[in-house]
Amino acid sequence: MRLELKGLTKKFGSFTADDDIDLVVEPGQIHAVLGENGAGKSTLMNMLYGILKPTSGEILIDGEPVEFTGPGDAIAAGIGMVHQHFKLVGPFSVADNVQLGREHTRGAGVLSARAARKAVREVSEQYGLHLDPDAICEDLPVGVQQRVEIVKALSGPKTELLILDEPTAVLTPAEIRELLDIMRSLADAGTSILFISHKLKEVQSVADTVTVIRRGKVVAELEPGASETEMASAMVGREVALTVDKTPAEPGEPRLEIEGLRVVDDAGVKVLDGLDLTVRSGEIVGLAGVEGNGQTELARAVLGLVQPDAGRIVIDGRRADRESPAQRIERGLGYIPEDRGRDGLITEFTVAENIVLNQYRNEPYAKRGVVDTAAVRERAATSIAEFDIRTQGPAEPAASLSGGNQQKVIIAREFSRARRLLVAAQPTRGVDVGATEFIHSRLVTERDTGTGVLLISSELDEIYALADRIAVIYNGRIVGEVGPDTPREVIGRLMVGAEAGEADAGPADTEPQTPDPETSDEATNGGDRDH
Amino acid sequence: MEVTVTTEADKPAPEQPEAEAKPEQRPSFMVLFGRYLTEANSVMVTIYSLLLAFLIGAVLLIVSDETVRGTWSYFFSRPGDALQASWEVVANAYISLFEGAILNFNTLDRMAAGTADVGDLLRPISETLTYATPLIFTGLAVGLAFRAGLFNIGAQGQLIFGMIGALVIGFSLSLPAALHIPLAVIAGAVAGAAFGAVPGVLKATTGAHEVISSIMLNNIAALFLVWAIGTNFMHSETRSELVTKPVDDSAALPGLLGFVDDSLRVNLALVIGIAAAVFVWWLLSKSTFGYRIRAVGFNEHASATAGMNIGRTYTTTMATAGGLAGLAGAALALGVGSTGITTNTALEYGFDGITVALLGRANPGGIVAAALLFGALKAGALSAQPEVPVDMSTLLQATIVLFIAAPALVKAILRLRAPRGGMVTLEAKGW
Repeated sequence: MRLELKGLTKKFGSFTADDDIDLVVEPGQIHAVLGENGAGKSTLMNMLYGILKPTSGEILIDGEPVEFTGPGDAIAAGIGMVHQHFKLVGPFSVADNVQLGREHTRGAGVLSARAARKAVREVSEQYGLHLDPDAICEDLPVGVQQRVEIVKALSGPKTELLILDEPTAVLTPAEIRELLDIMRSLADAGTSILFISHKLKEVQSVADTVTVIRRGKVVAELEPGASETEMASAMVGREVALTVDKTPAEPGEPRLEIEGLRVVDDAGVKVLDGLDLTVRSGEIVGLAGVEGNGQTELARAVLGLVQPDAGRIVIDGRRADRESPAQRIERGLGYIPEDRGRDGLITEFTVAENIVLNQYRNEPYAKRGVVDTAAVRERAATSIAEFDIRTQGPAEPAASLSGGNQQKVIIAREFSRARRLLVAAQPTRGVDVGATEFIHSRLVTERDTGTGVLLISSELDEIYALADRIAVIYNGRIVGEVGPDTPREVIGRLMVGAEAGEADAGPADTEPQTPDPETSDEATNGGDRDH
Repeated sequence: MEVTVTTEADKPAPEQPEAEAKPEQRPSFMVLFGRYLTEANSVMVTIYSLLLAFLIGAVLLIVSDETVRGTWSYFFSRPGDALQASWEVVANAYISLFEGAILNFNTLDRMAAGTADVGDLLRPISETLTYATPLIFTGLAVGLAFRAGLFNIGAQGQLIFGMIGALVIGFSLSLPAALHIPLAVIAGAVAGAAFGAVPGVLKATTGAHEVISSIMLNNIAALFLVWAIGTNFMHSETRSELVTKPVDDSAALPGLLGFVDDSLRVNLALVIGIAAAVFVWWLLSKSTFGYRIRAVGFNEHASATAGMNIGRTYTTTMATAGGLAGLAGAALALGVGSTGITTNTALEYGFDGITVALLGRANPGGIVAAALLFGALKAGALSAQPEVPVDMSTLLQATIVLFIAAPALVKAILRLRAPRGGMVTLEAKGW
């Protein structure tokens, strides 16, 4: 299918989300649309998929202008979409999810499980996507759930164009590689793919053409050979430093000492199993690992939200095991939670209220139990300026900020008081290039002022960019501590459970392959995606 | 507005952008006002809910009146009869409600003739305020807990304990009124707070859901009251039926309109109620405790991550809520029930507090307004008997709350437009 957009424009009141967008997707081509959060990518896709009606401009499929009144029309025209947030019925089987909305029946409303299974098998075989039609979706790892979404999109009456909206945001590095392979083979089989992303590496590795959007306008058409810096600059509209400038670390005294930490969850699983880790002042320790190997519980245990079953946690030279989270925060523990919406912000609160969330009862923000609104506002105004938070003002609800700016609110909160130790979990998740650059440089400044930083990230790029020392977590224990120059393959192998010696000795030519299904199942299921 | 600050997340929902296709041209006040009227914002939904409830009430009045029903049987030969009879029954009912709750025009005539005095004229208002007073307290008790994400069904039980606490101090001590009244009122608040804290403690320590435990505690309180009234300590010395001793005159709350007519029942508790509403407003918007209540109510995970003690917040919130409900009990024990409490004195004030809090959207000002409305319905329905069935006030209350709790229903019935920020539905967490 050849898809062409001509002068597509979408206005919301006085605000123009998409302005005169021209774009052509050739048959069998992977066309990447690159842009920061809020650039107008999702609006564009929603128009293509019939969810939004364009204000002006037209959509042409194989040269014929089309008009969609709903996703049904788009599906009928051969467009399939995989949303960033999956739209699966968790307790249903793969086959049931795929046939959702167009059930296979034996007539008279009686479902035909056999036909549904067969349909899934046919599509999976045709495109080489391995799926068990009888597996229950919520039990599957995220990467496999996404495969279900892809099969669902491909199972439309005549799907020839696939829209993938930020498909890698939730995937592990191995799953990402697998997805990119799938995309390549789908394109080779003739399916056109529109790939929405703000991750440069992926775009660079898979796209045939790259269209960059900024503030609703097409600002650049790039060839696949374009460098990451070139793409980033087009996206942000100025020169962007993709690497972080930093001097060698000067580690001082220990700020966080963890010995033999064991945490058993409600189901009786040892999520942390004898973990040892030390973070010193003036260094960034990067904790690498596939998500769901105990990172979440480690962060929560350091803050004091999870009670350890064994082991000890020493913060800044003093045992912290019996201290409440509030006491640890008072003592200078900074904490950037991995799940911003759940643990980091009260989205109904204003920006100002969020900035003082962990200091609201201390002077000068409150005196004798009464909040000093003026002082809170003043603090917020200072932070908004210092951290370049794009907001209409301190009184704006946090919910209406973009992801990157919400994250800056959290950073502003943690950095606006004295701290000795900082735990930063996924600090740039869902944050665009500009904000990521900013957050990274703040983390390095933080280190340089003598704070010990524990950086937990599922993105190896981030770990490499920042860490002075890399610890790899697997199954609730640290399986290796290596220097920042350790090759990716070595860390990749540690991440899937190979012993340190083994990983080093491993033959160099074995690319850190996709972990075998068993391992990745276990690894991803332990995670806390469904909070 | 700068384009850069706007994100995909804060763009208006797709249904509404057409409404303001020409933003350059500032719409006039009348246009904006008209737009406001046809939008499902919380103010308009409340107003429309009231109107719809009275409309449904009217239909039921027509259907339930036998004579009127008779006229509808020959509607097609003489439609005038049916319409007139229907109009009359509805108009009479609502006028009697109004006369019983606010102002009776007949009294004005009788005053002119010299058979009534100012006291008679003020009686409907006084009754409305008397019924509204406990509802202000119980409404606040439920509303405050709502703000912490808790559903306090236990206001009835907390009220009963507050009533007992105030009563015991009221009859067992003899002090000057200036000391006795405050002491008895505080005793009511403390008793209610202690009883209200129980579901909070249970939730904080064991995770038991406050709805379940507070329902059970209501039963315990009601049965405890029956037992307590029967004990020698509390039972009336002069009367044989199940009624307690009266409180000392020095503990009885003085009437606010006593200088006009001794029989006007509205008393000092109303002033305490208004003060309590102001206090709750201050607590929620200005104090660190209120900040914590709101934070926990919106997102307990983020609150815990910021170092707040969730369990302690639940306990203190429930205790404060219980204290407010306890004040309702004190108002009853030292007011309308000052001659002795029966098992009937508490009526359903605690449960009605839930609907008051819903109608007032858990805002102190809204709660006071809702309590006044419900007090008026109650006073009106009681005085308008037998022309208006006594269940009319319950029915209207229930219908109003039904619409308030389901704004989408009102929006659909009246085809209102969606408001900018989305519709507000009040709900407690975990349900």
